[in-house]
Amino acid sequence: MSVLLDVRDLAREYPVSTAGGVRRILHAVDGVSFSLERGRTLGIVGESGCGKSTTAKLALGLLPATRGQIDFEGQPVTALRDRAWRALRRRMQLVHQDPLSALDRRLPVGQQVVEPLVIHKLEDSAEAQRQKALALFDAVGLRADLFERYPHELSGGQRQRVLLARALVLEPALLVCDEPISALDVSVAAQVINLMQDLQARFGMAYLFISHDLKVVRQIADEVAVMYLGRIVEQGPPDALFHAPAHPYTEALVSAVPTPLRGTQGRIILKGDPPNPVDRPSGCAFHPRCPRTVARCREEVPVLRPVADGRLAACHLAAAAPAMAAA
Amino acid sequence: MSRTSGQSPDRPQWSAPSHAATAGRPALLRLQDFTVTLSGTVPIVRGIDLSVGRGEALGIVGESGCGKSITWLAALRLLGRNVTTGGEVQLDGQDVGGLSERELARVRGGRIALIFQDPASALNPVQRIGTQIAEVLRLHRGLTGEPARREALRLLDRVGIADGPRRLKQYPHEFSGGMNQRVMIALALAGEPDVLIADEPTTALDATIQAQVLDLIRELRRETGMALILISHDIGVVGDLCERIAVMYAGRIVETAATQDLLTRPRHPYTQGLLTALPTLTGPRQRLTPIPGTVPAPAAIPPGCAFAPRCPIAVERCGHELPELTFAAQDQRAACLRLGEPSSLESAALPVMTMPAQVGAPA
Repeated sequence: MSVLLDVRDLAREYPVSTAGGVRRILHAVDGVSFSLERGRTLGIVGESGCGKSTTAKLALGLLPATRGQIDFEGQPVTALRDRAWRALRRRMQLVHQDPLSALDRRLPVGQQVVEPLVIHKLEDSAEAQRQKALALFDAVGLRADLFERYPHELSGGQRQRVLLARALVLEPALLVCDEPISALDVSVAAQVINLMQDLQARFGMAYLFISHDLKVVRQIADEVAVMYLGRIVEQGPPDALFHAPAHPYTEALVSAVPTPLRGTQGRIILKGDPPNPVDRPSGCAFHPRCPRTVARCREEVPVLRPVADGRLAACHLAAAAPAMAAA
Repeated sequence: MSRTSGQSPDRPQWSAPSHAATAGRPALLRLQDFTVTLSGTVPIVRGIDLSVGRGEALGIVGESGCGKSITWLAALRLLGRNVTTGGEVQLDGQDVGGLSERELARVRGGRIALIFQDPASALNPVQRIGTQIAEVLRLHRGLTGEPARREALRLLDRVGIADGPRRLKQYPHEFSGGMNQRVMIALALAGEPDVLIADEPTTALDATIQAQVLDLIRELRRETGMALILISHDIGVVGDLCERIAVMYAGRIVETAATQDLLTRPRHPYTQGLLTALPTLTGPRQRLTPIPGTVPAPAAIPPGCAFAPRCPIAVERCGHELPELTFAAQDQRAACLRLGEPSSLESAALPVMTMPAQVGAPA
């Protein structure tokens, strides 16, 4: 397995002016590193404002990074929108949460699947482009007679399939999916999750899968990164992470998943809202809400490092990797 | 559809002993053969019977367009003239349909409170939080001046909003989403309602904030004894808070049972499908079993059992015979024509929802 996407110390800052007219820096993404192998799925979970969507846009070169390095298929990704960027963008595609706003309402959906081929000047003739788009329609489970329909004539699940077809028509190596099934009903969401797994098995592209839903991420991801206030706080295989969280924030997220008939026993309810990224707390950014804070957490920023079973966690209290704790 | 139809004596489902759990508690809010029709032609809710006992928590689950929200908005006559209702809505045995607008205004917010998915759009953006709470206290409890202010502060404190005196002077945009939902709950509590109808109250909130708000609702219910009708697409949220669940599909109730029975022994193929379509956090990772097809549009509901075109066990007669809710087990009813057939539903080995006691093993 070779590394497809490699991200090192990625950061994105925004200058903001606060109520009093004071200029401050908002750290949307603050030192994120990860790598994604070909054909694999990395899930990024976190609450709103944690920087997960910004990370996706940075990785695609849709936003310029303030700091850090992104390599895709061995080439540096910039946000210069030049010829090199365009060539790279053909290999990395984005799937949005809201298919209705991502589609052009005045264009038949089939034509929207053809469009990327036109833009990138692929295939020899208009007919070849149409045939390619129809093949993708078939791959995502859309009937050919929907080709001439408009987005409003399709159901939510069908629109999400159109988006997948449009992204896949360029044969990308990476698909960045930002909450791709959040807007779908339960029964339809399961159809799309299965479809995404089938498409990955068939075409072999990697997924960067961004979601707030831990259950969906566990279903689809090979590896999961949990983000809080612009940083990855824990990263590892989904079952290890969700069944025995090493970071207290992951633990709270898992505990917050509504589970029938569980009652309140052992449930962790965090106090307050996530802090404003402009006023990032000192030390560990999670310390004001953490049930296990010690003095060190207020002063020292924990680094993401390997813990017990080789997964990564950024917590002073997590046991370090080599220390083989007595079972 | 007339409002008198519910009173005729030949309505066997109401004399049936199917409400064993609520028998001890007289129904507080009851819908009888309730229907909602849009523009006079499109049936949105197609005859449902439901009752909520005093202090009971009832969950309503279903996918978008099944009528789960419309039912309660229509029952309180909160929808426009375009919407006609049939059947009966009873509050403490009194027909809500017979109330004047003025009387109904006292019921809404007074005896029955509502909270919605998006608190920011339910609150008035140009009025201070304190003014909005004071309005409810004046209308429903006759409180003004200093007593009203004291009560408003107590309510804010009760829903977990600190620094009350300052908060009362603030506007909704100065609050986070979770805080605004707490304000909505404070407004709902201000009228000291008998029943709280919560329509997707945590859907727009982040996971950790959702946990806070669900916990708050649970606590308030324990303290005040108010009944709860929780409407959600998320069977996890409903199962977390409610003792009984009703599953809706295409404007009808297809199954109702105690939470544990519904989740561990679902009898209707739609309920079974909803549960197997959900990914889980525990247990082996296996391929999901989606329900094929999509929810029908209200204008195009199939004849017979509306679920038949998507149902794995549908037979010919499902296409033209409308199944009634029938007794399936102790305090469990389902609307499926194949319910009585021993081989059909029960043999289907179901990966039903597991109930992990400790997912995030507390250290």
